[in-house]
Amino acid sequence: MKELNFKPAKTLLIKNGRLVDPSTNLDQKVDILVRSGKIEKIGNDLNADKTEVLDATGWVVFPGFFDMHAHLREPGQEDQETIESGCAAAIAGGFTGLATMPDTHPTTDTRSVVEFILREAGKTMADVTPVAAITKNRRGEELAEMVELFAAGAVAFSDAERSLGNIRILRHALDYARMFAVPLIDVCEDAALAGEGLMNEGVMSTRLGMHGIPNVAEDVVVSRDIHLAEYTGTPVHLAKISTTRAVALVRDAKKRGVKITCDVTPHHLILTENDLVTYNTNFKVKPPLRTQADCNALIAGLKDDTIDAISTDHSPHAPEEKEVEILVAPFGSTGLETAFPALYSHLVKTNRLSLERILKKLISGPRNILKQPVPALREGEAANLSMWDLEAKRTFSAESFYSRSRNAIFLEKELSGVVKAVLNKGKIWQP
Amino acid sequence: MKDHLLGLEYCSKQEIEKILKTGFSFKEVLSRPIPKVPTLRGKTVVNLFFENSTRTRISFELAQKRLSADTVNFSASSSSVAKGESLRDTIRNIEAMKIDMVVVRHKSPGVPYFLTQCTDASIINAGDGLHEHPTQGLLDIMTLQEKFGTVENLKVAIIGDILHSRVARSNIYGLQKLGAKVALCGPPTLIPVHAEDWGVEVFYDINEAVAWADVLNVLRIQLERQGSGLFPSRREYAQRFGVTREKLRKVDKDITIMHPGPINRGLELEHDLADGEFSVILNQVTNGVALRMAVLYLKSGVGS
Repeated sequence: MKELNFKPAKTLLIKNGRLVDPSTNLDQKVDILVRSGKIEKIGNDLNADKTEVLDATGWVVFPGFFDMHAHLREPGQEDQETIESGCAAAIAGGFTGLATMPDTHPTTDTRSVVEFILREAGKTMADVTPVAAITKNRRGEELAEMVELFAAGAVAFSDAERSLGNIRILRHALDYARMFAVPLIDVCEDAALAGEGLMNEGVMSTRLGMHGIPNVAEDVVVSRDIHLAEYTGTPVHLAKISTTRAVALVRDAKKRGVKITCDVTPHHLILTENDLVTYNTNFKVKPPLRTQADCNALIAGLKDDTIDAISTDHSPHAPEEKEVEILVAPFGSTGLETAFPALYSHLVKTNRLSLERILKKLISGPRNILKQPVPALREGEAANLSMWDLEAKRTFSAESFYSRSRNAIFLEKELSGVVKAVLNKGKIWQP
Repeated sequence: MKDHLLGLEYCSKQEIEKILKTGFSFKEVLSRPIPKVPTLRGKTVVNLFFENSTRTRISFELAQKRLSADTVNFSASSSSVAKGESLRDTIRNIEAMKIDMVVVRHKSPGVPYFLTQCTDASIINAGDGLHEHPTQGLLDIMTLQEKFGTVENLKVAIIGDILHSRVARSNIYGLQKLGAKVALCGPPTLIPVHAEDWGVEVFYDINEAVAWADVLNVLRIQLERQGSGLFPSRREYAQRFGVTREKLRKVDKDITIMHPGPINRGLELEHDLADGEFSVILNQVTNGVALRMAVLYLKSGVGS
């Protein structure tokens, strides 16, 4: 684990970078002058006396990414991640903002926990927006004090990694949430159908001797949630969908005008059940890695905007928890630091998705769902951006992470795209 | 490069044939007045059983003693595992005491492979979760070779709980590599998804399986499965899928009956069929020792 050393970015002239911002249809090589944390000027051959110059020749400049599904583990499991280390990992991955999931200890189901997270986040370079629990202790029985949580700063509600089993409670939560019109985020898995499953139910689970989690465990919950969103009128966000059928269900629902949104993780777009062949526990994730056909359907879902956002589902776990036999290892992989290089290497460079499409899903997609301001590379806007050398390659080693955990699904894989600098909140970080 | 036996899926036909041939040589050794050879003298083998086992552990232990290896037994219930030690630490501690081979049984699939990443010792899989039980697959094939001369084109139907059976998986891979035909028969809830991708026939009617097969390999029905919703009752299972004399009488041929044990008499196999003229169940047990001697010998590197 490494320390993230950032410093104030007073006045800075970024020279010769290629600015790419899908929200303003910008893709050109120009200079940016940053003063007091704001983009003061964008133009060719800018000069400013006594200004620090950052030579960005050969680099691209993007608005900062936003991860709407990160588990930062604090309070409660600070050995795995803290708000500080999680935000460091985010910045190192070009994510200037993120939403924290409420599966903390204690659960993020009271005002004091929300305030604690926001206070700790204030010391970091990232914009942090807490997601609070729908039900007390995420038990799925009684609603948490949602009005107070919303007032304290919760941007959405979710029982994180537990789909609400009691559909009546879910219906009440959706009705109650109409007061503040923020989405409820559901992780779509029917617990009974998932059973003791460790991986996707299919050819590989049969071959590897592991209990499977069938697609239908996800599909029935997606379907149920769409019906409820339609009936109650409250927006529902489906986190990290993974199946062909889920994409089709959401596509149809959107056509009918249902207030439904969804996201997908980089690993569900890129990896499949075949990657479990060595029983590597970093590939044990939820939902499970599916098949190439599912990857293709998810990519198609991004192309036609059925899928609104890409989230990392950053899930740090201690080595003693994760480096064990696959039966007992917890589900999850870290993702903040590897997300963009993985997407760029496996989807953009292979011409499966355009860079612009990926950027939309990392920048405006998630922020629009959570009603957060979308940064833009425009004069007068806050300097909220990341710079990358897309030609350079790197291999993430266990020692190379800013996260406190190293259970990365893209560990030891060579990826294109190396982060060069990140600006946010009037600060700059350079590796 | 250490040689392991992780599963029959990863073995070539030649490798399987070599193990079987060596198994028959050791079977001859076992018939001598003093059934013991000095082949593995000075080698240390640890039997690392994280799951309860009587017959497999005894069979391995006897094989090791017949080969003059030094053996140590480890069972999870009476060990540091009960005190919270991780598998990696357990194996590294045992390795630090200088061992050559590890025979491992564990309820998690993939543990034998995991151990190859943590230690330099040779790893022999004695059953990993629902994945594989390669020595059982090999001794089943050895028993069939002994009876039929070859397993090529032999029709073997595996009956019962295929879903939870590592024995079935190892049998399927091993038999198919040697040219046998394999069918699976059981209630659909106990047949894994995509089983047909193995290139096997699937029967839900045991009478069809009996009519098709030369050999029935009858699997144990775990008693705790009843109540899990996978089948309604022992009674219905026994009536529909139990192998009985009455069902065998419908076909006019000799059928060989195998069972990896322990048998639930009256459930998957009618009481006296296990001891009857069709049964090779005790031959399987005898061959198990010889076959495991062959595996230990070949994987020890002594002969190479």
